[in-house]
Amino acid sequence: MAKEKQFSRRDFLKTTGAATGGIIGGSLLGGLVGFNLQDLDSEETVTKDEAGSSEASGDSEASGTTIPEAGRIFFANDEDFNTIEAAMERIFPEDDIGPGAKALGAAYFLDAQLAGSYGRNSREYMQGPFYEGTDTQGYQSNLNRASYFKLGIRKLQEEANDRHETAFSQLEAGQQDDILKDFEADKVDFNVPKSTATSAYFFQLLREATLDGVYSDPIYRGNRDMAGWKMKQFPGHQHSYLDVIESDEFQDIDPLPNFG
Amino acid sequence: MVKELDKVDVVTIGAGWTGGIVAAETSKEGLKVKSLERGGYRDTNDYQHVHDELKYAQRYELMQDTSIETLTFRNSRDERALPVRRLGSFLPGSGRGGAGTHWNGQTDRYMAYDFEIKSMTEERYGKEKLAEDSGLRYRDWGITFDEMEKYYDKFEKTAGVSGEENPLGEKRSSPYPNPPMIKTKTLKMFEKAAQELDLHPIMMPSSNMSQSYENPDGETLNPCQYCAFCERFACEYDAKATPDVTVLKTAEKTGNYEIRYHSNVTEIVTDENDDKKVTGVKFIDTETREEFFQPADVVVLTSFLFNNYKLLRVSDIGEQYNPETEKGTLGSNYCYQTGLGATGFFDEQFNTFMGAGALGMIADDYNGDNFDHEDLDFIHGGSIHFVQTGSRPILTNTTRKDTPAWGEEFKKESINNFTRTLEVYTMAHTGPHRDHYLDLDETYKDAFGNPQVMLTYNWTEQDNARNKYLTEKCAEIVEQMGAKHIDVDNDDLGNYDIVPYQSTNISGGTPMGTDPENSVVNTWLQHWDRDNLFVAGSSTFVHNSGNNPTGTVGAIAYRCAEGVIKYHKDNQRLED
Repeated sequence: MAKEKQFSRRDFLKTTGAATGGIIGGSLLGGLVGFNLQDLDSEETVTKDEAGSSEASGDSEASGTTIPEAGRIFFANDEDFNTIEAAMERIFPEDDIGPGAKALGAAYFLDAQLAGSYGRNSREYMQGPFYEGTDTQGYQSNLNRASYFKLGIRKLQEEANDRHETAFSQLEAGQQDDILKDFEADKVDFNVPKSTATSAYFFQLLREATLDGVYSDPIYRGNRDMAGWKMKQFPGHQHSYLDVIESDEFQDIDPLPNFG
Repeated sequence: MVKELDKVDVVTIGAGWTGGIVAAETSKEGLKVKSLERGGYRDTNDYQHVHDELKYAQRYELMQDTSIETLTFRNSRDERALPVRRLGSFLPGSGRGGAGTHWNGQTDRYMAYDFEIKSMTEERYGKEKLAEDSGLRYRDWGITFDEMEKYYDKFEKTAGVSGEENPLGEKRSSPYPNPPMIKTKTLKMFEKAAQELDLHPIMMPSSNMSQSYENPDGETLNPCQYCAFCERFACEYDAKATPDVTVLKTAEKTGNYEIRYHSNVTEIVTDENDDKKVTGVKFIDTETREEFFQPADVVVLTSFLFNNYKLLRVSDIGEQYNPETEKGTLGSNYCYQTGLGATGFFDEQFNTFMGAGALGMIADDYNGDNFDHEDLDFIHGGSIHFVQTGSRPILTNTTRKDTPAWGEEFKKESINNFTRTLEVYTMAHTGPHRDHYLDLDETYKDAFGNPQVMLTYNWTEQDNARNKYLTEKCAEIVEQMGAKHIDVDNDDLGNYDIVPYQSTNISGGTPMGTDPENSVVNTWLQHWDRDNLFVAGSSTFVHNSGNNPTGTVGAIAYRCAEGVIKYHKDNQRLED
């Protein structure tokens, strides 16, 4: 339970000098319009049970105007999605601290990301020629991330089938971990030139996407109910810490999203 | 068809800190000034929802778009350079304010030792200490700290630096314009531990405002809210000094200044009738794809380091540095910094998620030549930093060195440690080396058909030794702070890696000096081969120090502006 008061509009005006005739910038005036003045009690009431709410509410809202929590843009194939979702859960598993990547919606985060600029590498240099780089030269693949993930997911599925004749998403956690460890150690042959793709680099993308998905602002569809932030005690988008920055006590503050 | 525009007195290439400072100073003098900025307009209204780690810190919203322009990289001359497809090690900016929009605000000065590193090292330890056999190429900058002091002072007043006297610093002509920022609990822990070890910690000089401030040009900055979204972000409070809210506004108020956005300069044009002069610059409007020629009496190259180098090179101005023969100067003296340290793990929770870009303390006891190097196999050193910039959850997943990078143990530890680890680190010098330089890549092209810049860079033995020495000093402090477990980054540095972010503090490529044989510009930042062409920025550094470079970048830009004004009046070379 958070004890600290939120930064108030009055404090804000005081510290920026607006209340005492100081000049404040254009953004500040605009920012005040959307300034979050909800008190903490009303926040409490909308907090959902951390885990497991996504699938059910997604189904029930599918025909309404609300965006279904289980809706997807990029992954058209259910098994592809189940595979990556299961792999992400192993990177960041559910435990006694709180939800894992699956309940946090990290795979839905990735789905939206792959459908956009991230998946198409649109702000990155993608001109050839393409060569395998040294360890210090970074991403050198001709594949964009959308293609890289599709390839990696296919390889996860093939490994699961080869080793256990079972879908990756249906394997025991330990079996999934063994496959992922081999990906991480670059032991899985992708049957393409190293300059195109390696299992180790796919694993790196998977790990990064998982952490992005569990900890980014909920507007990106992961970090559901801000439960990723709550576990870490990260207060999200707070306008100011000026009133508590000098405190010697640890401040347990309920998180706020960037919007809403 | 290239369209010719009306002539201006001064054109700057880029509208960041250096372009902004030159524009403000010259337009105040009544000169007609234009900046050509490759990126777009943006101001504080664009930062109302800037607290988005994914968009700004992970996806680099404010940074250079590498699909348009990047560089290629290799560790050594015998390797094939490959493109930096995604930014990593450093983050050049783009748009109004340039990298000055997303900086942290850490505003140090360099030391007297930096400017005279060769003479002072030789005098104290002898010539061998400069390790020329190992490929290091130290030299003096050609200007002294005392000559630079008034420019530092001017920049600090423009930026409203919050700070306190450094007992190990050089003499100041006036105090910092604002008092230091708030000393938090963890800063006090660092201070106490450092003092117990006989060090001299001070509050970091900060361009995040400790109070409301009006700078000498009449621009207003607001108090910092310690919201912890500084580095890689822009400030929604106008509480961090940036070009946008200071010098660019000052220049615009004169009525003599205009920024033309989406204007990517591709060439500096030499006068057909006088090869000691330039006539202006060619640029492409990146929205309409039209080509323009902007004539100007004086051209000031004020883009980020790589483009300062590249525009000179593609315009065939100056002689490219050749590491075989060590002839030529353009592209030489590329330097970086190491930034490693020691991480302490505690049981207690700290408010690590609060902070500001330059909320911190530093100690210069192991910086420059403030300590005896007689028995050490390196020169110079680094400042020791403890900062509370504000941890964010995607990027901060600290675990002990032997913990797996994923899975249950990783999750448990990284979550627990988010508020329970504190890091003391160094910002350390690297010296110019024969084999570290910029060239043009023969294979990869930018979106305008020009070659990409090629960087060849690696750590040296001295960098390794210095890093080991300094990170162990960091570990002593962390231990004194009471950490129950400490991880120290004192392993061999290995090869320099372009992927993980280290810092945007890069330098060199167009170094200054007093001799055209080893420098690109004189100490007025005037190009040796073109009287009416000036270059400002960290590209003109001779080496990289153990402090943050932006203070020196600002100081150099003020000196450059003074040079431009003098030149425009007298049309004389300034070193005479």
